[in-house]
Amino acid sequence: MTGDVMISLKNVSKVFDSAEGSAAVHDLSMDIVRGETVVLVGPSGCGKTTTMKMINRLVEPTSGEITVNGTDVMKQDPVELRRGIGYVIQSIGLMPHRTIAQNIATVPELLKWDATKVKQRVAELSDILELDEALLGRYPNELSGGQRQRVGVARALAVDPPVMLMDEPFGAVDPIVRERLQDQFLDLQDRLKKTIVFVTHDIDEAIKMADRIAILNRGGVIEQFASPEEILRSPANDFVKQFVGVERGLKRLALLKVSQIGIEEGPVVSPEAPIRDAERAMEKFDYDWCSVVEDGELLGWVDRESLGGCLTVAEAQARPFSAYVTHDSTLREALDSIVTSRTQVAVVASGGQRYVGILSLERISKEIIS
Amino acid sequence: MDQLTAVWEWFMMESTWRGSGIDPGILVRVYEHMSMSLQAVALAALLVLPIGLYIGHTRRWEFAAISIGNFGRALPSFGILGITFFITTALDVPGILGFWATFTALFLLAIPPILTNTYVGIKGVDADTIEAARGMGMTEREILTRLEIPLAAPLIVAGIRLATVQVVATATLGAVVAWGGLGRYIVDGLARGNDVLLLGGAILVALLAIVTEVAFGVLERIAAPRLTSQKKRVVAGSRSGQLGPAA
Amino acid sequence: MNLAQADRPTIKWSWIGDNSDKIFARFIEHIELTVLAVAIGLLISVPLAIYAYRHRWFYTPLTSVTGILYTIPSLALFAFLLPYTGLTVQTAEIGLVGYTLLILIRNIVAGLAGVPPDVREAARGMGFSSGQMLWRVEMPLALPVIMAGVRLATVTTVGLVTVTALIGKGGLGFFILSGMRTDFITAILVGSILSLVLAVTVDGLLVYLERRITPWSRSRAGQRRPAPKTQSSIGPRVA
Ligand SMILES: Nc1ncnc2c1ncn2[C@@H]1O[C@H](COP(=O)(O)OP(=O)(O)O)[C@@H](O)[C@H]1O
Ligand SMILES: [Mg+2]
Repeated sequence: MTGDVMISLKNVSKVFDSAEGSAAVHDLSMDIVRGETVVLVGPSGCGKTTTMKMINRLVEPTSGEITVNGTDVMKQDPVELRRGIGYVIQSIGLMPHRTIAQNIATVPELLKWDATKVKQRVAELSDILELDEALLGRYPNELSGGQRQRVGVARALAVDPPVMLMDEPFGAVDPIVRERLQDQFLDLQDRLKKTIVFVTHDIDEAIKMADRIAILNRGGVIEQFASPEEILRSPANDFVKQFVGVERGLKRLALLKVSQIGIEEGPVVSPEAPIRDAERAMEKFDYDWCSVVEDGELLGWVDRESLGGCLTVAEAQARPFSAYVTHDSTLREALDSIVTSRTQVAVVASGGQRYVGILSLERISKEIIS
Repeated sequence: MDQLTAVWEWFMMESTWRGSGIDPGILVRVYEHMSMSLQAVALAALLVLPIGLYIGHTRRWEFAAISIGNFGRALPSFGILGITFFITTALDVPGILGFWATFTALFLLAIPPILTNTYVGIKGVDADTIEAARGMGMTEREILTRLEIPLAAPLIVAGIRLATVQVVATATLGAVVAWGGLGRYIVDGLARGNDVLLLGGAILVALLAIVTEVAFGVLERIAAPRLTSQKKRVVAGSRSGQLGPAA
Repeated sequence: MNLAQADRPTIKWSWIGDNSDKIFARFIEHIELTVLAVAIGLLISVPLAIYAYRHRWFYTPLTSVTGILYTIPSLALFAFLLPYTGLTVQTAEIGLVGYTLLILIRNIVAGLAGVPPDVREAARGMGFSSGQMLWRVEMPLALPVIMAGVRLATVTTVGLVTVTALIGKGGLGFFILSGMRTDFITAILVGSILSLVLAVTVDGLLVYLERRITPWSRSRAGQRRPAPKTQSSIGPRVA
């Protein structure tokens, strides 16, 4: 990996006293680069939480070395270490005796920030996380699950820690709220560029949130540590293949952008051109329709039927495409566009309907198989 | 140290145990103390258990049960004894002086813990379990006898234990109103400035109270070995209203 | 005892008026004895309970000892002390404090043990030191249960103070005892009813205080966290 390493685990093992010698985490090594989101994913009990908690010393490793920002965590005061690392857990753990504002202000107060600075920071965070101001004076048990989760994230971000540890942070909310929280968090991360260790047991969430995914097996063994796209494209072994699931190809489409694969030119004709040109273009690609493009701008499409009896393409009245995709669309969106359109291909345009080309089903399935 | 030696010697004298002159001795005092206490609790239980079952099952008159529980907590037992003493003397109730006053006070003191625990125990039986039973066609009587009473048993027994321990302790005060029991030694010791009687009596009263408590614990475990662990479900303090002071 | 007193069964209202200053003084004495006992009880219980909460082995011996203390009838406990401390306020207070310990210790430990583990973990994860954890998270969250204990201890003590009349103190118990000795119902009732009123009032005040200092547990009654569960085997200390 390029970039500077923010968190590094070297041959880390953890054996709990009560576990009769079997390791919860065994000889795990992993480097996490500044600004990336690494998701630890795996079946329940495989040691994800334990691995994460060793980073802020809520669990102390039996052997091995963990450094955060170059310093060995075991050589730091645990309390100070933790104040510099954001921490979010599934059950959130908001303090029921403190208002939302006070909860968000927890770590700033521990660090003895002055009151005006704390207040300002709370206002800032509630703005970032879209928490209504009216909520700030309430107590946690007066909030919905989704609101509480956002408060939990706000609280973890309070002193702007460079590192965030998140243990199934969206696990306790219903799927609709979860998706919204995920999107919001991705947005946030785009701006904040934290180094994040994110634990989940849900592979789809991992694929969505991660820059890199570490798939763990029982006993805290890494089966594969790679980008989501790579894990879907070439799972390292049967365990990963099975964990990722049968819709591997489809999931991967959601990760690939249209700009990442070759776009075909497609049949194009200008509105001033004679009908003959349109027919020639259609024959060349063996289609029964053709895009109409004027000075690079996509006007719509015409087919043999609509051209019948016209002299120029313009006379045929190009019809607009019902949908088209852009460079930034995912292949999954392109696929959706293909299967719902009459034309069997997705038309690719860029900002302001500039025509780029077309994407065929064949081209996409070639990508899945590769 | 002299005092303790004197107390020891007092305990070693046969007359202390068997009595001499007008002093009936420890054995009789223990008997008096316990028979008075147990009878007062028994009568209270006989009267109050059915009421507690009724209130717990029907949820009618809940307010009355809660009020009696709270009232019992706040009322000083010494005051109750004063009032019953006054009334019995005013009415010239026959019998040994102080007997009925003490008995009535103990009987009244036994009521709140038994009532509250019975009512809370019955009421606390899981509503879904009862609905399922009703759905299976159990009659109200069957629900009460087969479901609610067995499930509430640990709490009910705990209520009787609370009442008994409380009553055994309060019976000590009977001596203040001229009745007997083990309190006699303490009250006489106080009156005569006799530290040997005072300490000897205190030791006897303390032992009797502890033995009662321990014996009840054993009894509970024998009576309902499977159920005693469920007692843990009860909430501490006054929230459940079943622990209540009433001195 | 003068059983022949002519107006025995009636309440002499004039006596109450004539003795209002004495009644007031005893009422205040009653409050002082109670407050002192509960305050000292708390001073002793809090550190012991915190220690017992952190070192589980200590809990059983601690509650066994305080439990035995609690089981001893008050008159016997005072009698144990009398030969050593005499008819002094110390005798009364040592006994009264002794009775508060079991209730307070149990409730403080139960309150601390009832702090939700997720809150504890989050606090640790955010870098609370163990002292900060105790005073800023655990103790505040244990407050409702601790307050339940304080209420029970206080109401218990109000009742027990009357018994200290037998060792020369007694607050309002003084009237109960002297009423018994002179067969004078007015004094008995004044002592009993004022003691009852005091117990109810103090309990009410403590409920009010609890609401004021735990505003979070009031909001949205339906979502209240259930109170932590503990054993029920403390009997009331009545005499
Ligand atoms: N405090 C602990 N004491 C003993 N065993 C533990 C403790 N915490 C976790 N474990 C064990 O370690 C293993 C990994 O647990 P965990 O890291 O919580 O898994 P995950 O988060 O992946 O579900 C499990 O077998 C679990 O039972
Ligand atoms: Mg976990």
